[in-house]
Amino acid sequence: MPTSIELTPEMMREIIMDHYASPRHKGKPSDLKGYLSIHTDSVNCIDDFEVYLKAEKGLVTDAKWDGIACTISSASTDILCDRVIGEKFADAQYIIAQYLKMINEKPYDASVLDEAIVFLNTGKQAARIHCATMGWTAMQELLEKEEKAK
Amino acid sequence: MIDPFKIREDFPMYRNHVMMQKKPLVWLDNASTTFKPDCVLKAVGDYYTLETSNSHRGDYDLCYNIDQKILETRQDIGKFLNCDPTEVVFTSGTTASLNLVAFGYGVKFLKKDDEILLTQAEHASNVLPWYKVSEMTGAKIKFIPLDKDGRLTVENLRKTITKKTKVVAVAQITNVLGYIAPCKELAKVTHEFGAIFVVDGAQSVPHMKIDVKDLGCDFLAFSGHKLCGPTGIGVLYGKFALLEETDPFMTGGGMNAKFDMCGDVAYLEPPLRFEAGTQNIEGILGLDAAVKYLMAIGLDNINDYEEMLKKYAVEQLEKTGNAIIYNAKSEAGIVTFNVKDVFAQDAATYLNSRGIACRSGQHCAKILISYLGVLATVRASFYFYTTKEDIDALADAVKHGKEFLDAYFN
Repeated sequence: MPTSIELTPEMMREIIMDHYASPRHKGKPSDLKGYLSIHTDSVNCIDDFEVYLKAEKGLVTDAKWDGIACTISSASTDILCDRVIGEKFADAQYIIAQYLKMINEKPYDASVLDEAIVFLNTGKQAARIHCATMGWTAMQELLEKEEKAK
Repeated sequence: MIDPFKIREDFPMYRNHVMMQKKPLVWLDNASTTFKPDCVLKAVGDYYTLETSNSHRGDYDLCYNIDQKILETRQDIGKFLNCDPTEVVFTSGTTASLNLVAFGYGVKFLKKDDEILLTQAEHASNVLPWYKVSEMTGAKIKFIPLDKDGRLTVENLRKTITKKTKVVAVAQITNVLGYIAPCKELAKVTHEFGAIFVVDGAQSVPHMKIDVKDLGCDFLAFSGHKLCGPTGIGVLYGKFALLEETDPFMTGGGMNAKFDMCGDVAYLEPPLRFEAGTQNIEGILGLDAAVKYLMAIGLDNINDYEEMLKKYAVEQLEKTGNAIIYNAKSEAGIVTFNVKDVFAQDAATYLNSRGIACRSGQHCAKILISYLGVLATVRASFYFYTTKEDIDALADAVKHGKEFLDAYFN
């Protein structure tokens, strides 16, 4: 299995369950000042949440999400936040692009994905592909907005 | 008692051993749609390979033949529901039927401060058209409270209905909880107050004997595809006198007697008045085959068999110690549940990975969720071809539901 870090399926399951049960970045920012936000939801799943982005000088300084989500969308969005905080816009966009390629079963650069690699097999459950990507495409949109605003 | 294995011989979806996730398909989403027997497929196919023609549009034999077949379908549905063939309007399904009542009757006759009574357990198709009527006429929507189990009772209708009530619109069997509403008594109370009683029969007509005369309902809507018929065809039953008062929701060819350049128009009598444009002829012929197929098996037999399955499913799911069931007491073949500590959609994905088709979410009954106090549920729904083995497969999956991530890693 092409992974950036050696992960067994058991470890991958644990990572998903851990981010689902104890998300690090879930919650509305206490002060919305400086945050861009976007709403995302799904017709096929209960998922219905906001994604928040804070940026300074072309750098992602904070990322959060809040709302209702299934295991796959919760964990994938939480890992997304982990992965983009501290990254330059262009790097964050690159990471997101690689992740989306992976989910869509196209060639991708696994070296930048870190824990996000655990969603490698989402394609096995086609109905959940949207769940695994909605937080990521929402963030992609926020980054584009932020870049345009500059 | 029905032998589901014998019945499955009539269904290509079973004969073809359809697989899902490389597992034999376990189809438990019959409240959503149903499989089609050979006779329905043949009726649809024959229309295109042997009988193609439009209806009431020509002077030749093929056209006459189709007109006759459509008439026969109305007669068969008349037998099926115990109504006159002139009271059978073809629509695209329950949604279109209920919209026809809402816009053709509701908008025409309701006024400001009139009341429309619904319940919290209704499907979107029996809520949103009435919201629209309310918006257009100023009539108010009121909800008849459900009892503690989620049941609609005559007592609660009595508590809610007033002299201002003009429409009571409820599902005979609700699509999430599966209780059978006491429609006969509800209709009686509704009529005491001079209102009309509209029945959403989407979940009841496929599963139990319906006698609209005995029920005393004014309108009843159902879909073909939930009773082994094709998609895109359904029926609105209406008492003829009410259909006569109802405005057509759509106008055009096939529904007018004459019109001139001054804007004078004469519409045909019901039911043709409501069937503008070329109809879904393959659907009508397929629906006829489906209704005849069900009548041959016997609706009472279907009902008894599903009741047995429902009890069996509740027992088996309870035995797992891992299911929270929300409607153990209801009569219809619908079990709504959650796997303990597993989000409904995650559970449904896991079921998919085991070849089991169930619905998860809010099942188009979004206002029921506040009643149940959960965000989403999983729904398994049965039909006369469902086997105990299907239910065993479901129970076994529920037992192992905590391993739902297997769906991605096995």
